[in-house]
Amino acid sequence: MSDEDRRDVGTGDPDGDAVRFVDERLGASPLLRKAMRYLFPDHWSFLIGEIALYSFIVLVLTGTYLALFFDDSTSTTVYHGSFAPLAGQTVSEAYASTVSLSYDVPAGLLMRQTHHWAALIFIAAIVVHLMRVFFTGAFRKPRDVNWMIGLTLLVFAILEGFAGYSLPDDLLSGMGLAIGYGVALSIPFVGANVAFLIWGGQFPGGASFEPRLFIAHVFLLPALLASLITVHLAIIMRQKHSQFPGPGHREDNVVGTPLWPGYALRATGLLFAVAGVLILLGGLVQINPVWQYGPFEPWLGTNGAQPDWYLGWLIGALRLMPALEIHVFGYTPIPNPFFGGILFPGVVFSVLYGWPAFERRVTRDRARHDLLDRPRDNPWRTATGSAFFSWVAIIFTAGSADRILVSVGIPYVSQVWFFRIAAFVVPILVFFAVRRICRQLRASELHPLREWTGTTVARNKAGGYDPIARSTPDAPGGQSPTRGARSGTGGRAEQ
Amino acid sequence: MSDDPPPLPRLVRALIALLTLLRLRRARRTEAARGEAGRDYGAEPTSATERAAGTRRETGTSARAELAVAIALVLAGALGAVFCLVYAFDAGDTQLLGLALGLALLATALALILAADRVFPRETAVEPRPRLAEGRRSAESGVAEELAAGSEGLSRRRLLVAAASTAGAGLGAAALVPLDSLGPNVGQTLDTSPWKVGTPLVDVTGRPVSAAEVTLGSFITAFPEGADMRELGSPVVVVHVDPATLRLPAGRAGWAPGGLVAYSKICTHAGCAVSLYRSPLDQGTSREGPALVCPCHYSTFDVLRGAGVEFGPAGRPLPQLPLAVRADGVLIAGGGFSGPVGPSWWSVRREGPTKS
Repeated sequence: MSDEDRRDVGTGDPDGDAVRFVDERLGASPLLRKAMRYLFPDHWSFLIGEIALYSFIVLVLTGTYLALFFDDSTSTTVYHGSFAPLAGQTVSEAYASTVSLSYDVPAGLLMRQTHHWAALIFIAAIVVHLMRVFFTGAFRKPRDVNWMIGLTLLVFAILEGFAGYSLPDDLLSGMGLAIGYGVALSIPFVGANVAFLIWGGQFPGGASFEPRLFIAHVFLLPALLASLITVHLAIIMRQKHSQFPGPGHREDNVVGTPLWPGYALRATGLLFAVAGVLILLGGLVQINPVWQYGPFEPWLGTNGAQPDWYLGWLIGALRLMPALEIHVFGYTPIPNPFFGGILFPGVVFSVLYGWPAFERRVTRDRARHDLLDRPRDNPWRTATGSAFFSWVAIIFTAGSADRILVSVGIPYVSQVWFFRIAAFVVPILVFFAVRRICRQLRASELHPLREWTGTTVARNKAGGYDPIARSTPDAPGGQSPTRGARSGTGGRAEQ
Repeated sequence: MSDDPPPLPRLVRALIALLTLLRLRRARRTEAARGEAGRDYGAEPTSATERAAGTRRETGTSARAELAVAIALVLAGALGAVFCLVYAFDAGDTQLLGLALGLALLATALALILAADRVFPRETAVEPRPRLAEGRRSAESGVAEELAAGSEGLSRRRLLVAAASTAGAGLGAAALVPLDSLGPNVGQTLDTSPWKVGTPLVDVTGRPVSAAEVTLGSFITAFPEGADMRELGSPVVVVHVDPATLRLPAGRAGWAPGGLVAYSKICTHAGCAVSLYRSPLDQGTSREGPALVCPCHYSTFDVLRGAGVEFGPAGRPLPQLPLAVRADGVLIAGGGFSGPVGPSWWSVRREGPTKS
C-alpha cells in the first residue's frame, strides 16, 4: 500500500489521523509542535495572572447567562415575583428582572453570585499580579509595553466592575452612580458636558442611560478586555516568560515545563480549581442581595453603604479630602470630588504607567532583562513600591472608616484625621523599614520561607573544592564559616 | 486511677507522634526527590524525540496514582450528575447547586493536577530565548528601506501629506460630532429647580405636608407638588428645631416659620441623598447641634447655621428653601433655593438664588 492510499483510509491511530487532517488543510503542524513545546517557568507567583484569566472566563460564561434574563430598562413595573416583601411595589424593570433572575430563574442566583464573586477575584488577581510584576522587576525592557497593556486592562476591569454593579438599579448601585455623576461633574470646565453626555442629561439620567450602561458592560468593555488580554498573552508568547534566577537559568535561555502535557494539565487544573472555588462562593456565600437594599430613588440613601472592594480606594480618597474647592471670581473651576475621584486615581496610574521609564532614567539601565529580581535584590525599588502601595492601602482603609466605627467604636472624625496624617507618615516609615529589611535579607541571604539545603565548599591548594559544611539531616552543622552555612542554621542543620 | 494517663497529655502525645510521622515522611520524600534529581540530571533523553541539553524528563507512574486520578474524575462526573438532579428537583436550593457544581469542578481540578504531577511525563526543559533586536541595527532589518521604497517616485510629497491631514481632520471630526447627540446641552439645567413661590410641599405619596406634622426633632423628605420627584432640584428635607437656636445667614429672616427649616436633600459634594439626621436629645447641653449628614462621604451640614459645612468634603452649604405656612396649615415654598442644587461643577456660583 502506498503512502497516498494510506492517507485516505486512515491509519487506525485516531491521534495521528486528527493531526493529519489538520495538517493537510492548514499545514499547522510546525506551529502546533512549537506551541506544545512552549516552556512555562515554574514559580507559584506566575499563576496569579492565570487566576485573573480564568476568572475572566467564568465572568464571560456566567455573564452571558445573566444577560439572557436581565432587562436593561428603567421604565417602571409592579413587582409580582416570589420575593414576598417586594410584592406590589413599583420598581424599575432592571431591578425587577435582577430580583426575578435571582429568585425565579432556576440556578439564576448561583450564576449571579458566582458572577459577582468572579468580578471581585478577577480584579484582586490583577492587582496582586501587578504587584508581583512590579516587585520582581518584570516590567523592565522588553516587557514595559506589556506592563502598560496590563495597567490598561486594570483600568477597564475597574470600569467594567463598576458598570456591572450599577446595572441592577438598587439603592447601593444608585448611590454609586450618584457619586460617579458628582465626580464626572467635577472635571474642570468640561465636567457638566461630560456628565450630560454620559447620563443623557442630569442625574439620574434619561431613559437611554440604563441601556448605555448595559451595552458598555456586556459588549464594549468586555470586547476591549478580551482584545487586550489577547495582545497581553501574544506578547508574552513572543518574548517568552521571564524567570527567576536559579541553577541553569540565564538571561538567554528559558527553563520550564513544556505546555504538553504537563503544563496544559496543570493550567486546565487551575482553571477548574478557580471555577470550582468561584461556584462554591456563589452557591454558599451571599453577595450583593439587592432585594434587601431596595430600589434606588435620588432622594434615598443609607448608612454603611460600601462599594465593591476595588472602588474602596476612591471612596477613601473622596472621604479623606478636606472641604477644599478652588474658587475664582465666585466660580468653582475645581470642585471637591475632582481631588479624590479624578486626581488621586490619575496620580496612582500615572506613577504606574511612568515607572518603567522613570526607573530607566534613574538607574540608566536600558538593557533587556529576562531574569527577574527578587524583591530584596533591589531595595530601592522594593522600598519605593511598598511605600507607594501602602499609601494607596491607607486611603483604601479610610474608605471603611464608617464600618470600623460600627465594629470597633473609634469615632469617625478621629479616624479621618488619623488616616489623613497616616497617608503622609506611613509611606515614609514603610520606605525605610522595607529598605532596611531588603538590605539585611540580601546581606544574610536568609530566605524567610525556604531553608537552604546545599554544601558549602572551599577551594583547596590543589585547585579543587572541599566540602566544609553539609546541611543535611545526617550531617548536621559542620563548621559554619560562610554565609551559606549561616542560612543553614535556619533550616535542618540545627537538628 | 494513677496508672491511667490523664486524657490531655495522651492527646498531646498522639499529636507529637503524628507530627513526627509527618516529618519523617517529608524527610523521606525530600531524600527521594533529591535522589531522583541527581539521577535525572543530564540523563539520556527517554523519548525518541531529541531534547535540548539540561532537559530533565521523568516518565512512569504508579497504579495508585492512576487510580487516584480515575477516582477523582469519576467523582467529578457523579457530582455533575448530582447538580443535574438538584436542578431538576430542587432548583431553588442555591447552596446545594453551588456545592455540587463547585465540588465537581474541584474534583476535576484535582484529577488534572494529580495527573500532571504523578501520571503523565514530568519534564523540565531548556531552550534558548528568542533574540529580539539585540545587537542588530534597525536598518539591518530592512524595514526602514522598505518604508522608504514605498514612497519612491513622488514629486509633490508635501502637498499629499497636507491633503491627507485635511482628510484625517475632517473625517475625524465627522466621526466624533455625532457623540454630541448622547446628551442635551447643559444650558441652565443645573441652575434650575421646580420650586416657586407658593409651591406646596408634598410627601412621597403626593399628600400635602402640614406644618403641624413635622414635630420637634423630626425629619421628613418632601417634594414640590406636581413636579418630577426624581429631578435633583426636587427633594428637600424639612426639620423642626427650636427657633431660638437658629443662626441663619443674613437675609434669611422669615425663611423658617416656627423653626421649620428646609434644605435640598442632594449633597453638594457628590450628589447622594443627605439622608441622616443627627438631632441631639437635649439641644441645651449637647456639644454638637443638629446636623444633616450624607452617608456617602459623611459631609456634615449645620442645620442651625444655614447648612454650612461642619465636617467632611463638601465645598458648599446645602441650598436652603424658604418656607411659609399656608392658611390651611400646609407648608409651601417661600421662593427658590438659596443656591444651586447638587454637586458642584466648574461654573457653579458659591451663592446666588436658583431659577425656577
